[in-house]
Amino acid sequence: MQISQVVGLGVMTTIIIVFIRESRPEIARLLSLVAGVVIVLYLIHYLSMIIELIFSMAKEAGMDSVYLTTLLRVIGIAYLAEFGSQICRDADEKNIAFKIEFAGKVMILVIAIPILVSVMERIIGFIP
Amino acid sequence: MDVLRVDLLFQIAGIGIFISVINIVLKQAGKEEQAQMLTLVGVVIVLLLVLQLVADLFESIRTIFHIY
Repeated sequence: MQISQVVGLGVMTTIIIVFIRESRPEIARLLSLVAGVVIVLYLIHYLSMIIELIFSMAKEAGMDSVYLTTLLRVIGIAYLAEFGSQICRDADEKNIAFKIEFAGKVMILVIAIPILVSVMERIIGFIP
Repeated sequence: MDVLRVDLLFQIAGIGIFISVINIVLKQAGKEEQAQMLTLVGVVIVLLLVLQLVADLFESIRTIFHIY
């Protein structure tokens, strides 16, 4: 039962953070960040199994792996941007959080441009 | 890397509690500047630990989601 481990860790960390926050708010903030990172690092092992499964299914279906890679990149960039902006928002720095989200959106657009171009070419090909 | 790294959490919580206790002692002894320095050093030590972990996370995310 791995889920009980994760839940126990989250609850225990919350109790420690509440205990520490009044005397050392800066360390409480870092502790909450570490709790999130530890849980995600634990989940990454399972996530990679799921992604490998998706890749093998796409290969059996004869799908072009370029599109799947682009999709995965978009998911990864979105996750990283959300991670950073959430930390900034926790520390009441909404300005920096917004900039990080904006950078994430721009990077996703840059990565998605080849797909956009191919869609445009396909549409233009339909027009006689 | 399929184990929960609880030891890191306990380390940071321990550093936090330790620094609060020493801080109270230093404040009672009237050494405000040293208490301030101690706070700074504690934050830097915790930040080093956190930096290692965050770099680890970014590296794994980059390898899994094929971002190069």
